[in-house]
Amino acid sequence: MKVVSKLQMPACDVLDVLCPMHLQIDAQGLICRAGPTIRKLRPDVSLTGRAFLDAFAVSRPRGITTIDSLWKAENVKLHLSMAGQPPAQLKGVMVPDGKGGVIVNLSFGISILQAVSDYALTNADFAATDLAIEMLYLVEAKSAAMEASRKLNLRLQGAKVAAEEQAFTDTLTGLGNRRALDQTLERMIASEVAFAVMHIDLDYFKVVNDTLGHAAGDHVLQVVARAMIEETRASDIVARVGGDEFTVVLPDVRDIDILERVGQRIIDRIEMPIFFNDTECKISASIGTVWMQASTAISRETVLEDADIALYASKHKGRACQTFYTPELRASANSVKPPIGRGERKV
Amino acid sequence: MHGLILRSIQNYMCDSYGRNAWLQVAARAVPEHPDFEAMLSYDDALAPAVLDAMGAVLGRPRSEVMEDIGTYLVSHPKTEAVRRLLRFGGVNFEDFLHSLDDMPDRARMAVSDLHLPAIELHEHDDGRYSLICDSPLADFGYLMMGVLRVMADDYGALALLDHAGRSSGRETVNIQLIERDYADGRTFELGARAL
Repeated sequence: MKVVSKLQMPACDVLDVLCPMHLQIDAQGLICRAGPTIRKLRPDVSLTGRAFLDAFAVSRPRGITTIDSLWKAENVKLHLSMAGQPPAQLKGVMVPDGKGGVIVNLSFGISILQAVSDYALTNADFAATDLAIEMLYLVEAKSAAMEASRKLNLRLQGAKVAAEEQAFTDTLTGLGNRRALDQTLERMIASEVAFAVMHIDLDYFKVVNDTLGHAAGDHVLQVVARAMIEETRASDIVARVGGDEFTVVLPDVRDIDILERVGQRIIDRIEMPIFFNDTECKISASIGTVWMQASTAISRETVLEDADIALYASKHKGRACQTFYTPELRASANSVKPPIGRGERKV
Repeated sequence: MHGLILRSIQNYMCDSYGRNAWLQVAARAVPEHPDFEAMLSYDDALAPAVLDAMGAVLGRPRSEVMEDIGTYLVSHPKTEAVRRLLRFGGVNFEDFLHSLDDMPDRARMAVSDLHLPAIELHEHDDGRYSLICDSPLADFGYLMMGVLRVMADDYGALALLDHAGRSSGRETVNIQLIERDYADGRTFELGARAL
């Protein structure tokens, strides 16, 4: 208390420069002076002469509703809201002025961004040492930089999508994709050589995905893709054309027995246990195969449709088998409803 | 060289002379894609090459082009953010001049890999100042003259500027502040965001 009584308080204009948001409150709790910036917050009303606790509500520390309780809140951080509009949330600290009253210094805290636009404040409204201007500068500069980065990200995202649309590779398995398949088929048809198309659909894959999750499903697809590559020749093209659908194009096939063997090898390989985190994933494969003799005039769409019809037939026969396309299959396919197994195919 | 600097140069060319003019410059000086990305980094040699190409395409001396770029940076509606960020530096033109020393640090605070040339303000008698620009980019002093001319207007100050030459990599711009409150200038509200 000795220190306080000896304290020589600075003149008011000094406080205006150092703390433009200060208030002087007399022993009765009335505001006897307000700094220039705090006056700007309520230009239509005079703060001077008003009871401090009428003009400001102290939200923290709690329970400050009387002058006596206010006096006890020296040197602690105060959270205040100012009466009137627009709402103003302020921070403050209070020190005794040595004459029975107190000086409260206020600041906007985090509400500074709202405050500068609500009250049209300028650099001159802040003390020269106040970091408010630097903070506003940083917010604006960082927002501009962030916006530039965001635009770059959007452009890169667009470029990525465009590149993927032009890609020929399925990113999950590394196999060719639908575009690669279409291009290969067009080339085969145009060159008028004998070739075969196997349309392969995994059996029970949906069960793996549903019970063990997508990570397990992805793992299975990768293992299956590798198996197909290993069971076919280097000159054969393997493509993943849907969720669990694959197509193999085999150029230069002279014997249907070869196709029989390749198809069976693929089914056998796919039926070998695949482990994901020590859990066995049991799947199989149904195959529909079209063997195109040389010089057959046919469109890509028809080849794929024929393979699809043969695949239908394999599913209908109870899965895990290969069926070769014949024109009779097409006729019966038109009269038979899709087997239940078709429902599990993802597009 | 930061993409922000190269992109600003590109924007100046596109906004002042059209995209075709820029493509002519890019064909001479930019090896690959003609558009600079503001948030990527590029080879340091690109900026001088682009500026030389601009001088050649426009048939104007490089110093003139640089001063024009400086003017563009703080006066074009598209670059309002730059003007605002500079105005944070001071309440009046003198205050602003004194804030220029901090400009590289302020820029780095916002974009950590953006390195602006070092600038030093020296104050003499009677409202005379000299601005020392230490930049690897020749004629950077002219760019600063463009910036200062617009900013003096912006603050409503009347100032005379002249480029006092380059020696050992440093350029000096002389500033004579004639009247601090010559005109009203443009308003600057802290809360009026440019974005």
